[in-house]
Amino acid sequence: MDSATSRASAPLGASASNGLKIVVVGGFGVGKTTLVRSVSEIRPLATEETMTQAGAAVDDLTGVTTKTATTVAFDFGRITLDARNVLYLFGAPGQERFWFLWDRLFSGTLGAVVLVDTRRIDDSWYAIDRLEKHGTPFVVAVNDFGGPSFTPEQVREALDLDPHVPLVSCDARSRESSKLVLITLVEHVHTLHAADRVRPSRQELV
Amino acid sequence: MSGPGSRPGRDDSPDRLYTLTGGRSRAGTDSPFDLVTLVVAESAPVPGMQSEHAAILRMTERPTAVVEIAAELRLPVGITKILLADLLATGRVSARHPRHQAAVPDLELLEQVLVGLRNL
Ligand SMILES: Nc1nc2c(ncn2[C@@H]2O[C@H](COP(=O)(O)OP(=O)(O)OP(=O)(O)O)[C@@H](O)[C@H]2O)c(=O)[nH]1
Ligand SMILES: [Mg+2]
Repeated sequence: MDSATSRASAPLGASASNGLKIVVVGGFGVGKTTLVRSVSEIRPLATEETMTQAGAAVDDLTGVTTKTATTVAFDFGRITLDARNVLYLFGAPGQERFWFLWDRLFSGTLGAVVLVDTRRIDDSWYAIDRLEKHGTPFVVAVNDFGGPSFTPEQVREALDLDPHVPLVSCDARSRESSKLVLITLVEHVHTLHAADRVRPSRQELV
Repeated sequence: MSGPGSRPGRDDSPDRLYTLTGGRSRAGTDSPFDLVTLVVAESAPVPGMQSEHAAILRMTERPTAVVEIAAELRLPVGITKILLADLLATGRVSARHPRHQAAVPDLELLEQVLVGLRNL
């Protein structure tokens, strides 16, 4: 079986039935691939999404001819959570020109991790703006590259971050640290949804 | 890290992709497949089958996500979805779609995710 030798990992259990997504976004070289690799049970793989001209009606397609499909690579990893649930992590480029990929990746995601490098905080603005517009819950993780150290308050201010959005520091090279970032995100999503659940029921009572 | 050489689809000419999919260029937004839809083979490959279809059937003896299939085939996700749609239409694979909908909070599922992450 040549396909067996080229597989990046052991296959999932036969009962696996529910795929979940978390997206890791951020500027160039901020540690997206590193974080995905730290927690993935498979060798992270790369794949491509194709954007056809028809699929990107309002994007700036300067230079893209009718027959050309533009592709963008993204990497992903996998965490088997239990017999049914499998979590996929996607490392996605955070730049504006990749927005079309974002909208596809973000639909149906549990949430997103925005990685920030304190040497280039500005790179994260677009990502945060996009996530807020999309209504995707997210946490911000400051990856320590030994750059200037800012207080959490300074980072929040620089990013104009909503006070309820969790801000954590992390070392994407560490499995424990990366795991904690994911747990922080899922706890945050849980909190948001628990609050959502309360509100409609109050209205029903009226 | 994904060096240029490791990027799937990169060397694929539009002509090859066109041939693979019988000229259909888009899976469209109505594609039943999400990136994390788990695909399971319902039959073994048969002789004479398009080699990509046969590869998918071998690969999905156990549940395998669309994105993993695309990476293994070294094909763009959109092309992979078209190939999968062929197999789904003929009953050769089944699809287990993700249950999570952002609009429908599922606290129980989120708690399962937390348990799974904490046990890592
Ligand atoms: N000091 C330090 N270095 C890190 C950390 N995370 C990643 N790196 C290093 O930073 C470099 C870039 O990391 P990647 O994971 O490739 O970053 P990326 O966001 O995937 O980069 P692109 O996909 O090119 O945008 C690598 O050499 C990593 O080893 C961190 O937390 N601390
Ligand atoms: Mg990367």
